Amino acid sequence: MRNERRIGGIGVSPGVAIGKAFLLGVDELKAPPVKIPLHKVEDEIKGFRRALSQAKRELARLRDDSQGEVEGIFGAHLMMLEDPVFLREIEKEVREKRLSVAHIFGERIEEVISHLGGLEDEHFRGRVADIRDVGTRVMAHLLGTEREVLAYLQEEVIVVAHDLSPSDTAQMRKERVIGFVTELGGRTSHTAIMARSLEIPAVVGASRICGEVNPGDMLVVDGQTGRVILRPSPTTLKEYRQVKARLKRFEKTLSRLRDLPAVTPDGRRVELSANIEAPEEAEEIRRKGGYGTGLFRTEYLFMRATLPGEDEQFEVYSQVVRSCGDCPVIIRTVDLGGDKFVSHFRVPREVNPFLGRRGIRLCLQNRGFFKIQLRAILRASALGRVGIMFPMVSGVGEVREAKGVVEEAKQELRGQGIEFDEGIQVGIMVEVPSAAILADLLAPEVNFFSIGTNDLTQYCLAVDRVNPNVSYLYEPLHPAVLKLINQVVEAGHRQGIWVGLCGELGADPAAAVALLGMGLDELSVSPMAIPQIKLVIRGTAYSLAQRVAKEVLAITTPQGIREYLEGLLKNNFPQLNPVHHG
Amino acid sequence: MEEATITILNKLGIHVRPAALIVQLASKFESEIKLNKDGVEVDAKSIMGVMMLAAGMGSKLKITAEGRDEKEAVAALGDLVEAKFNEE
Repeated sequence: MRNERRIGGIGVSPGVAIGKAFLLGVDELKAPPVKIPLHKVEDEIKGFRRALSQAKRELARLRDDSQGEVEGIFGAHLMMLEDPVFLREIEKEVREKRLSVAHIFGERIEEVISHLGGLEDEHFRGRVADIRDVGTRVMAHLLGTEREVLAYLQEEVIVVAHDLSPSDTAQMRKERVIGFVTELGGRTSHTAIMARSLEIPAVVGASRICGEVNPGDMLVVDGQTGRVILRPSPTTLKEYRQVKARLKRFEKTLSRLRDLPAVTPDGRRVELSANIEAPEEAEEIRRKGGYGTGLFRTEYLFMRATLPGEDEQFEVYSQVVRSCGDCPVIIRTVDLGGDKFVSHFRVPREVNPFLGRRGIRLCLQNRGFFKIQLRAILRASALGRVGIMFPMVSGVGEVREAKGVVEEAKQELRGQGIEFDEGIQVGIMVEVPSAAILADLLAPEVNFFSIGTNDLTQYCLAVDRVNPNVSYLYEPLHPAVLKLINQVVEAGHRQGIWVGLCGELGADPAAAVALLGMGLDELSVSPMAIPQIKLVIRGTAYSLAQRVAKEVLAITTPQGIREYLEGLLKNNFPQLNPVHHG
Repeated sequence: MEEATITILNKLGIHVRPAALIVQLASKFESEIKLNKDGVEVDAKSIMGVMMLAAGMGSKLKITAEGRDEKEAVAALGDLVEAKFNEE
């Protein structure tokens, strides 16, 4: 038996799963080129037609069992298997080359996949999963090694796959699946969203895991830390069983908080909202007991070959606004540049992209493009409570200029008789140190501030956190960062505007106490962090939090601050401990 | 032979569902129907072919049809694209 092995990925759905690995095949499209004797060629073709009709029957059944969008997808899959041109070409090739149909079919499908997969347009790249799906289904019949179908799982398993397609998850016997691990994917991929809605742990981006796992291997999946442990030792197993039991009790406590407001025992109310980047995630906010959307990142809309038009953007923003009902939705205008590549603006390669043309700078240099987004946001504001937020603002001039473009967009809409919320709130991200320092001058210009601690930390401390040589210096609990945060809150409140925080720091329960004490009106965190932060808020008197904030601001080192806050958390919320472990 | 050039108007371009609609419609006609985008030509009755075109919003598509019902075929396909595949 091979030894325990640990693989890191991205935790996208919290919880711990312990169970056997169910490996979904990886290379189902590769079949060796087997030479077929002349008198067997027609049998080979017959075998192909049989495999096609079996696959079609399965698809028809899947289609009839599903509705709406998914129904349409399976319908299109069926058509692919009835495509006269495609099938004729394959049969012709089998006859001419006298090679096994599995090999030729697999190659043709791979060809389509690599063609579509190489396109810049995300929507077409997304089709790859559909075609792979259809291809592997037929291959399973051709090779006679039909992969153990997820619909007939007999025991509880953790599904391990290169990637999961909608048809994989649609036919899964969900009560048997206790976790997902995939090699591809991010926070907003299909696997991640599905796992969170099923409330089972999931880790994505676990590269090369399929090559490491054997079917039936024991696995531990930690959906919080993103860790996957293959063939755990008895000690590890015991440790994780305890963690799992503690987590289960803890989850129970948290779920009781779902419908309660984020309010301290002495009555201080905080808006606990969520940061999201896919419109589907808006559904998760309510499920996790959050209030509104504190930060809707719009970059993903623009990371593709053709820029989205006003109508498409409007549709996406409206979807989020509708999901949030009468809770606020803060839409951040696009923050491209930095590490987010943009082919549309011919940005010359910058030596220092994080100090380059990103965020509001790029938008102000491309007014027409910027105005399209503002018009779309304004139109969505007619449907609910929408706020506009500008990223990367460094001074008053930029805010005035950006507001000028908002005014132009409003004028245009009025002229066209298109509805929008005249009182729409306009605010800025405070993430450039100069903006934090000038908070008292910026406050009269806007309706709100939202502090972006990730960038504020990196810019304030001059630390690139992905640079391994200096990443140890990256610490949002640095006295300088906390002083800036505190100063921004005070400046905002003096001018009567609300101040929120949408960086990762807000999701750290230890830091949350100090942030609460500094008087932040809103904390926006990832949907999955909402319950634990709500627990902290509901369990900490505001008067205590204020004292903590004061003390923290007097501590001189980041280590000292972290120790102090973590000690406090351990004392007051021992139940939060299982979340962080070896 | 009948031909027309049209612009894809729906925001997601010819993804799976529109491709399926094109093929369904094209298959109702007897004529041979081709779609051409930037010099790449495919059979409008082949869903794999139509998807391989990867025609995004704003791309131009030439429809050509040859046969007894070529006029009707080109007109019907043009209408479908113009109606944005009834998506929006």
